[in-house]
Order: sequence, then structure tokens, then C-alpha cells
Amino acid sequence: MKKDVRLPETLEGTVLFNVDPIIIKYHYEVDYIHSYAQDSLFFAGLTKKKLLGSRCAGCCYTYATPRGHCMECGAKTEWFELPLEGKVHTFTTCYFGGEEFLKETPFTLILVEFEGVNTLFLSRLIGMEPAQMRIGLAVKARFLRNCKFRPTDIYFVPA
Amino acid sequence: MRPVYMISGGITKFAKANPEKDFRLMVKESFDYAMDDLPRLNREMIDGSVCSYFSDHFTRQLKAGAMVQDYLGFCPKPSKRIEGGGATGGLCFQSAWEAVASGRMEVCVAMGFETMSRVNTWKGNEFIAYASDTNFDYPVGGFYTGYYAMMVQRHMFEFGTTVEQMAMVAIKNHANALYNAYAQSPGKLTIEDVRSSPLVATPLTRLDCCTMSDGAAVAILASEDFAKRLCHRPIRITGVGCGTDAMRMADRPHKEVILLPHETEADYRDLKYPGVHSFRGGRMAAKLAYRMAGINNPLNELDFVELHDAYTSSEIQTYEDLGLCRYGEGGSFVQAGAPFMTNLDYGLTFISGHWKHIPVNPSGGLLACGHPVGATGLMQAVFAFWQLQGTIEKHLKNNILQVPNAKRGLIHSHAGTGTYITVTIMESSP
Repeated sequence: MKKDVRLPETLEGTVLFNVDPIIIKYHYEVDYIHSYAQDSLFFAGLTKKKLLGSRCAGCCYTYATPRGHCMECGAKTEWFELPLEGKVHTFTTCYFGGEEFLKETPFTLILVEFEGVNTLFLSRLIGMEPAQMRIGLAVKARFLRNCKFRPTDIYFVPA
Repeated sequence: MRPVYMISGGITKFAKANPEKDFRLMVKESFDYAMDDLPRLNREMIDGSVCSYFSDHFTRQLKAGAMVQDYLGFCPKPSKRIEGGGATGGLCFQSAWEAVASGRMEVCVAMGFETMSRVNTWKGNEFIAYASDTNFDYPVGGFYTGYYAMMVQRHMFEFGTTVEQMAMVAIKNHANALYNAYAQSPGKLTIEDVRSSPLVATPLTRLDCCTMSDGAAVAILASEDFAKRLCHRPIRITGVGCGTDAMRMADRPHKEVILLPHETEADYRDLKYPGVHSFRGGRMAAKLAYRMAGINNPLNELDFVELHDAYTSSEIQTYEDLGLCRYGEGGSFVQAGAPFMTNLDYGLTFISGHWKHIPVNPSGGLLACGHPVGATGLMQAVFAFWQLQGTIEKHLKNNILQVPNAKRGLIHSHAGTGTYITVTIMESSP
């Protein structure tokens, strides 16, 4: 047993904002080992300039955003290639946002509708002034050359 | 199932930041208020609790509910945490109802909180956006106001809803809150004020959106036996309903309207539903709650509504989901003045309409009270409870917001872009 022991002192401090009550800065950060799992082929498709959706093998319902199983009947879906042109179903231009995207504001979000496909696809649109945006606008897909394996590897411009 | 009553409630003042108190103390203050309001209830009679809070990120603490449970001195009685995004409070209230209705508990405390000031607003927007699909939605520019803006753009396209009609909702709720000392941001606004405040996501301005808050709320529920013994004016919970929709807005179907008893297929011959303009989950929740409560025409059979107005646009969309007016009429409904208090001057001129008056968000709603997520749905329950008891004057120190002869009210709690929605009907006993 040692009784004459002490923890070593360090020069690291704490960021203090206030003393009554005491308010300090507390840092928190995490890296995930994230798997796209059954949706992986969608992201792989973007690297080949393909936009992949899901078609139900049972009831033929079609999804512009992929899902492994059908919401309508529960059957497994198959991959199919979506057209690279569509129409703006709805839109907004964001002037504020979450911290991660603040530096990108203003940016325009659209839900794209594709001919004959039952559901929509969320994406960014560039090349239009916010005041010129309208529902029904014809748009076409573009792809990033240097893929980041994120849904933003595809984006849309006016057709 | 046996009858369930709300017998007491309490809330803290909602504020942008309340760093003097942690979540445990805020819930404790709400709980003590509720206990003081019902002297015959003692702590031994409480069988357990359900705790409601949305985000572990905001709290920077997992299992925070266990800390509330011990702080309030409820250990070792049963408890659990309920989480369901913005509907967390409404789901918690219904979970407490289930505990009593099933006979598992005689007296159950529903308690909720959120401390959102612990990060800056931008980080808070990010935390909230994690409640959208993090593979397909969040990375595209995850921002809830952006999602709601897209939904209302489509509502405007389908039905001709205007930004001025939306601004009238902000004017109503902020003005109502002038008489509610618990509210975070009461104010007298004009349409010009709302439209000239900074654009957040077209067409929504800052005054079209609710704010983040620190706050807590508690609702105490009991069986008929305990309610009649303990409380002069217990308020019966006569209907509960819940509905859902796909997490991703993009996945919503375009099919037929789910009809309420007073509607017919002919009302909606050409409407593709819900698309992104309406909340199918809200309609389902209303349908189930109305069925249980025996309501056939909600506008005629309800005396007031406290609904989840995270945005002016979603209040308009929700009038329609709840069947207060038909789909597509929400904008006209507000322009006709139907959801306004009749005893207040809002500085607005209303058009004529065929709807009867039904005060919506007499408390000021989320837009003016604030939205500490886990507390919000319970806050609505507390205000509805006071309305139905006729005790608004006692609790708010003025009776301006007391809906005269309020017998039956509806509370509505809403998550995500409509992914979980609850509707609960509360009634005063004859």
C-alpha cells in the first residue's frame, strides 16, 4: 500500500461560459462503421451514373427511392433503372439549416417525380433562381465524378 | 378496458434557455404543481410513471428517464421511457392511459421534458433532422423546415393555400399566448410582420416556425375509482387514436382519402392522397379517436382543439386531417376566422365562411408556447385539462383564454413529417 500518491496534474482546461450556474463546453464526436446493407447497390449504381429504384416482384408497385421490401404487399423488390429525367413534384430553397449544411445555404431541395413510377425521390437542384422555381419543371440528373457514396452523388438541373 | 381520467397537471414556463435547472428539476417542478393542485392525492397512491423525452443528443444523457424517476422519489415503482419524435408527449399520454385502462395501475404519472438550449440552434436543427432517413434524406440537406416547406408548396399548388392564410395562424397563436404566462413567445403580429421576418425555407419565414425550448410538463391519470375519490372535476379520456406514415416523404402513396364519418367519396373525387400535402397518419389517428369517443362530426362535437402547430402550414394541414373542414379548405377555414377566439381582437378582417367557431390552440400552441419536444404533447393535455375543468383563470391568473362551457376537447401530437401522430379526446363529466 502507498499512501503518499497523487494523480498527475495536467494543463488541459475547460472552456467556461458562465459560473452561476456553471456552464461548460462539452465536446462529443463519433465515427460510425455504417453499412448501407441491402441498399448498397443504389450507391454503387450512382458511381456508374445509374439511378436505381425498386420494383415489387409481387404487385409491381414502383419506388423511386429504394427499399428491399414492398410497403404495399410485403414482397421482395427487384432493382430497376429509373429514367434520368423527371419533373419537380415540389420544392423549397433553404436559407437556414442544420450545422452540417449551413455553409451550403441557400440550397434548393426538390422531390422528383418520374413518369410511371409510384413514389418520389429527394434531391438537390442547381441552376435555377429560387424565384423561378415551380412545380412541374422538367429536370434531368447529373452525377458527381468523384463519388462520395452519398445520395448527393446525384443531383438535378433544369432539363 | 376501464374508464381513465386525468386528475391533475402541471407545466414549467417554456423558455429559450433555462440553464438554472436540469431536466430532473424541471419535471419535479411540474410534478409538484400538479400535486399541489390535488391535495388529496398522496405519493403512496402513485403506482408508476411513463417518461417522455425525444432526443438523447439534446440531453447528453442516456436513460435520463431513470434519473427523473429517482429524482421524483418514484423508485422502485415501474416506469419506462416513451420516444416518438415530436409526438413523444402524445404517445406518453396514451401510454399512461393504457397503464390505467388495462388495470395495471390505478394512478400513473405521465412526465415529459426537453432541454434544447444545450446546443446552438444550428446543431439543434441537425439533431432534429436525424429523425429523418439518415441514408436518403438527411445527407441531401436534412432540415425539418425544408421538409415542411416542400409539403406546403404542394398544398398551395393543390388547393390554392396562401402565405397570408398561413400568417394568420401565426397571428392567432402568438396573440392567444399574450394571456398565457407559460408561453415562450407571445406577441401581437401582423401579416406584414410574418412575411417580412427572415425566410427559413421558401415559403416559410421564421414566424411560420415554432422555436426550440427548455421545459417540462406532467399529467396525472387515474382510474374512475381514484379519480372520483381524489378530484372534484376529473376529466375523462374518451378517445385515443394513433396513426403513422412512411418515414421518407418521397415514399408516401397517392391514393384515396381515408374518410371520416361525415365525409363521402364524392368529396374527394380527384384528390390523390396523402401525397406530400396531407398527413395520412393524422387522419388515421383522428378516425380511431372519433370512433372510440363516438364523434361523428368533429366540428360540431368538439369545443376546442390543441394541435401540433410546429409550422403555420402544418396547423392548416391538420385542420383538414382532423376533419374540421374538408381537405383543401384549411386556408379558407383560417381566413374565415373559424379557429380564432371570439373574445380577442387580432387586428384581422375575416371573410365569411360556413364553419362554426372552434378555438384552435387557445394556449398559443407550439408557435407561441415553444416546443420542448418531450413536454409538448403533455403541455397540450394540461391546457386541455384546465379548459375542461373551467380552471384556466386559476392557473393562468386571467380567464381570457377560457373557452366558455368547454365540454369536449381534442389534443393532437405529431412527429417527423407525419410519421407518428396521436389524437386524444378529453371530456368533462356531466
